[in-house]
Amino acid sequence: MIDLIFAQTLNGLASASSLFLVACGLSIIFGVTRIVNFAHGSFYMLGAYLAFTLVSYFGGSEALGFWGGVVLAALIIAVIGALVEITILRRIYQAPELFQLLATFGLVLMVQDIALAIWGAEDKLGPRAPGFKSFVLLMGSRFPTYELFLIVVGPIMLALLWFLFQKTRWGTLVRAATQDREMVGALGVNQRLLFTSVFAFGAGLAGLGGALQLPREAVNLHMDLSMIAEAFVVVVVGGLGSVTGAYLAAVLIGVIHAFGILIFPKITLVLVFLVMAVVLMVKPYGLMGKRPVGSAHAHGPVEPLLLPASPAAKGLGLLALALLLVAPFIVADHWLLTLTELSIFALFAASLHLMMGPGGMASFGHAAYFGLGAYGAALAVKWLALPMLPALVFAPFLAGIAGFVFGWFCVRLSGVYLAMLTLAFAQIAWATAFQWVDLTGGDNGILGVWPAAWASSKLVFYYLTLAICVVFVLLLRVFVFAPFGYALRAGRDSPLRAEAIGLPVMRIQWLAFIIAAFAAGIAGSLFAFFKGSVFPTYMAIPRSVDALLMVLLGGVQTVSGPIVGAFAFMGLQEQLAKATMYWRFVLGASIVLLVILFPRGLVGTTLALAERRREDGGAAPAATPEPAR
Amino acid sequence: MTPVLEVRNLGKSFGGVRAVDDVSFQVEAGKLLALIGPNGAGKTTCFNMLNGQLPSDRGEVILAGRRISGLKPREVWRLGVGRTFQITATFASMSVRENVQMALISHAGEIWKLFGRAKDRHVAEADALLQQVGMLDQAERACGVLAYGDLKRVELAVAIANQPKLLLMDEPTAGMAPRERIALMALTAEIARQRGIAVLFTEHDMDVVFAHSDAVLVLDRGRLIAQGKAEEVRNDPAVRAVYLGSGATSGGH
Amino acid sequence: MKIDRRQFVSGAAIGAAALATPSLLRAQGAPIKIGEINSYTSQPAFLKPYRQGWELAQEQVNAAGGVLGRKIETLFRDDAGKPEDSVRLAGELINAEKVDLLSGGFLSNVGLAIADYALQNKRLYVASEPLSDAIVWAKGNRYTFRLRPSTYMQAAMLVEEAAKLPAKKWAIVAPNYEYGQSAAKWFKELLKKARPDVEFVAEQFPALGRIDAGATVQAIEAAKPDAIFNVTFAADLANFVRQGNTRGLFEGRAVASMLTGEPEYLDPLGAEAPVGWIVTGYPQADIQTPDHVKFREAYRAKYNDYPRLGSVVGYDTMNAIAAGLAKAGTTDNEKLVDALKGLKFTSAFGPVEFRASDHQATLGAYVGKTAVKNGKGVMVDWRYADGAKYLPSDAEVKALRPAG
Repeated sequence: MIDLIFAQTLNGLASASSLFLVACGLSIIFGVTRIVNFAHGSFYMLGAYLAFTLVSYFGGSEALGFWGGVVLAALIIAVIGALVEITILRRIYQAPELFQLLATFGLVLMVQDIALAIWGAEDKLGPRAPGFKSFVLLMGSRFPTYELFLIVVGPIMLALLWFLFQKTRWGTLVRAATQDREMVGALGVNQRLLFTSVFAFGAGLAGLGGALQLPREAVNLHMDLSMIAEAFVVVVVGGLGSVTGAYLAAVLIGVIHAFGILIFPKITLVLVFLVMAVVLMVKPYGLMGKRPVGSAHAHGPVEPLLLPASPAAKGLGLLALALLLVAPFIVADHWLLTLTELSIFALFAASLHLMMGPGGMASFGHAAYFGLGAYGAALAVKWLALPMLPALVFAPFLAGIAGFVFGWFCVRLSGVYLAMLTLAFAQIAWATAFQWVDLTGGDNGILGVWPAAWASSKLVFYYLTLAICVVFVLLLRVFVFAPFGYALRAGRDSPLRAEAIGLPVMRIQWLAFIIAAFAAGIAGSLFAFFKGSVFPTYMAIPRSVDALLMVLLGGVQTVSGPIVGAFAFMGLQEQLAKATMYWRFVLGASIVLLVILFPRGLVGTTLALAERRREDGGAAPAATPEPAR
Repeated sequence: MTPVLEVRNLGKSFGGVRAVDDVSFQVEAGKLLALIGPNGAGKTTCFNMLNGQLPSDRGEVILAGRRISGLKPREVWRLGVGRTFQITATFASMSVRENVQMALISHAGEIWKLFGRAKDRHVAEADALLQQVGMLDQAERACGVLAYGDLKRVELAVAIANQPKLLLMDEPTAGMAPRERIALMALTAEIARQRGIAVLFTEHDMDVVFAHSDAVLVLDRGRLIAQGKAEEVRNDPAVRAVYLGSGATSGGH
Repeated sequence: MKIDRRQFVSGAAIGAAALATPSLLRAQGAPIKIGEINSYTSQPAFLKPYRQGWELAQEQVNAAGGVLGRKIETLFRDDAGKPEDSVRLAGELINAEKVDLLSGGFLSNVGLAIADYALQNKRLYVASEPLSDAIVWAKGNRYTFRLRPSTYMQAAMLVEEAAKLPAKKWAIVAPNYEYGQSAAKWFKELLKKARPDVEFVAEQFPALGRIDAGATVQAIEAAKPDAIFNVTFAADLANFVRQGNTRGLFEGRAVASMLTGEPEYLDPLGAEAPVGWIVTGYPQADIQTPDHVKFREAYRAKYNDYPRLGSVVGYDTMNAIAAGLAKAGTTDNEKLVDALKGLKFTSAFGPVEFRASDHQATLGAYVGKTAVKNGKGVMVDWRYADGAKYLPSDAEVKALRPAG
């Protein structure tokens, strides 16, 4: 027994090293630039692919060829990181918080197709590392020498980084910027150079992490996404911006993984997220994190005034609604399917917007409530034998109850910590749906959730969906302009002031969380009947990311933004997927382009331009959001 | 007459350092009491304990005969304590009027209302308050774009929206031009007398203190070293010792 | 009426296939449209060869004059691995593109989602790849047929060999999703039946694509099994094999492994391919039956590459559909479904039949042992396991398939 514990501890430490390098880069980038870099996993994957190519080219059996290839791969990734920062991210630092995430997600999509085009679909198993091809006997069992090497690499890199951050001017600047951003600007430091170098450095670490996996793991096209979620977990568990914390968290995750599979072999899917949820509940800023100095908000512009729709905007909204109403008589039959789906996504996006926009609570796990709504409907049909309408009424409550429980924990945090806790809860919900096969059918889902006979035609179901979605989107809009919505925004703008005028900020955020979950549940339940089936993918990370992208693309500070974002993003994706097999590249490039052209989202930027024109005309400054529809 | 605020033996330590040590004083309705002292004397710590932002280690805070120590800021506010901050805290995405409306909505217990426009509530009351602080002409502007001095005025309007018994002002004139300082404090004094509000404020600018305070408290290293009328305090040797060489009339900020 | 592929392709020179241009199609009447939905972007390793095999078959069929005097046209759609997207695409294909029937599906849940959609909309769906038993049994329906040998069949093929081994203590490693779980379940159930004396001493279910190979190998090693049943594939398999090799997990232990002999999974392992594992797979270079040689040569001529198993599945699915259309004599879906029941056609592996009882094709798989030759993994001592022999009888199927 003791030898197994020993061996599993070593295994955990070995797998911690690459995770540490990747997470550490992510953490530094976030600390300085406040960018939530979804493309970090892509750097990791590219690092592995490049290392494979370079090592093959130089000859992997020679020590120089192998290690030269690994180091060169990391350097090339650093250069790529610098290029990304200079060509794309630098243009959008002034955008609202989290907006840069959109651009990095566009990069993820592009890199996936680029990697496929360059390296092909087949997995690449790299050579073993020269000098570390064999094993040593440790307490009677064989242990690969390369794993031992990795165990040593972790602390060595930690020490090097520590030295870099404590003893060099650059490191001091990075630490200062992580602690307090305004201060660096005040010190007269060349901020551009600092940001570029930090991004390149972080990317290089990710590339190195990927390259070091070469002797250990087959390089494949799924490496990016499987790494990124775990790296985020490590960053948050360790504490944002803390290198030592990242190492501790990586070791913790690695070791827990190694032992978890002994005790609960089926729980590996969700174990890391459970750990993160527990850590965040006990230590809201991670193991080594500190409460951020200064405002929680990044360097984005001040949120604009929220004014009710102008007559012109109202007219536009009514026109759009009228168009949707008469659409069945104008467009071809099959467009109803697209419009039905887009209406559902619009409600889904609007529900997230209530949290993100007025609430200031970004959620990385909003799909949980969408999925629970869908499962609520499916379970009601399958186990309670309810007809469609009662099932539609029942379903959102499941989502709302989840929002009630999860929200209680989440509103105690803020910023990225809050977002990551929502992600943890979403993964727990997802794992439940995935693993509780008797109830949910596991990943094979629940089939046969079709609409009642009277609603089964495309036309009727479209109108039903449209009616429900319009009502709830408008309701959400009403909430935003009601005293409650104002109180919610007050808590976002200045929690200090809000508490000082008697607003119970957390409780207000909690209610917004529940309402958002409930509304997402409505969208999910409609989606279940629309698709006829539910699957765990409904609450998987990609669906949460979709919601995030829709809100950000539309513009987070406008009420109509998420609806425009839903139609734009999902519509674009659907049309591109039809047009080309390389739709991911085209979609990714489109997102990057839109982000640069519309740095406050589609609606936000349009409004800002309109406002500038009005101000030039001498009228009173006022932003006028379009109505919800 | 019972004082509006009574502080008894208030104390707070941070890691063995006594930031506030055995401080006692009272404020009466309609009076302005200045809390002065060099940087790090414990003024803000003292303030934060008064409105519940920071729990105290020892002593009591009594508001109009009721013990408020240990309550949360929003509970303290409900009992009638308004506050402004050293660095202004307003709702940047709301207009000036909406900021005041927000306070009025909260005071009226309407924050859980999901229907009806917030904009249409308490407009006249909000405008009256804005009129009083001289910000009515800028009522439609977003707080995020206001000049600093104007923000201070908005904060003042917000802080008195719940008709408080006590107003706490942490460095109300910091960062303002001298003319603005005088104007703001004159305004505050007027409002306090008119509405019978007790005002406790911290201040670095001694001109402001001597011009507008009814009484002065002097803190040094957490201890109250003097209190009384401005002239008495000015001549107090202990106070002079503390301020000697540190700029007797205008401390740094 | 029995029709096999040779009747369509007879006389069709490979080069002539390129002549099938759209203008030519229109001249002969509207083409028959197939809506093909698959996870092209998320599973490219399998589905690129799949699409190539499909297009090869389509080209051959069309070059021979098409079916029912019409050409066949395929609309490919990418579901990106999401079942909900596959339902949307199915709707789009049927309503907007007016396809005559649906096919495809790689992941089991995608297959099940399309199958349920097909039932709801009374459309024929030929599931090519999804391995889940539910597609033809528990969730089977009138409109759904499946080509590939299912999880059950492949597990049964391996059990046949595993039962001959002296091993008594078995360990299982399988990816944690439906395919892995049901492979493990069937293997345990069938092996217990064949060998009541075996016991299962360890089960590992790593997350798909996320295996912690070192720790998994250690955990299995600690249980000291006599033999191992492996269900992992792709990158998980590579990582498992490398860690297992270094740590000596496979020394002195028999391994039975699902799908590992398929070129998609064996080739990336190169010289590190395991030796002596009992696997199901596809020894493409060594199969010299006339049907296969013809297929392989045509594939090589067109793509300058050797076929993978995906190529066979794509090729056979297309040909099965063509044969079904020819037999039905119409694109009417009800008649087409009736025609597919009991349809006999010739696959690259030889004659195959869609069983009338459960709509499962009797396509088999090759069972053999792995070896390394010239720095590459290959299958040796293999034989063709005809799917028909590894399926439950019609009477047993009745109990498994509520839909009848």
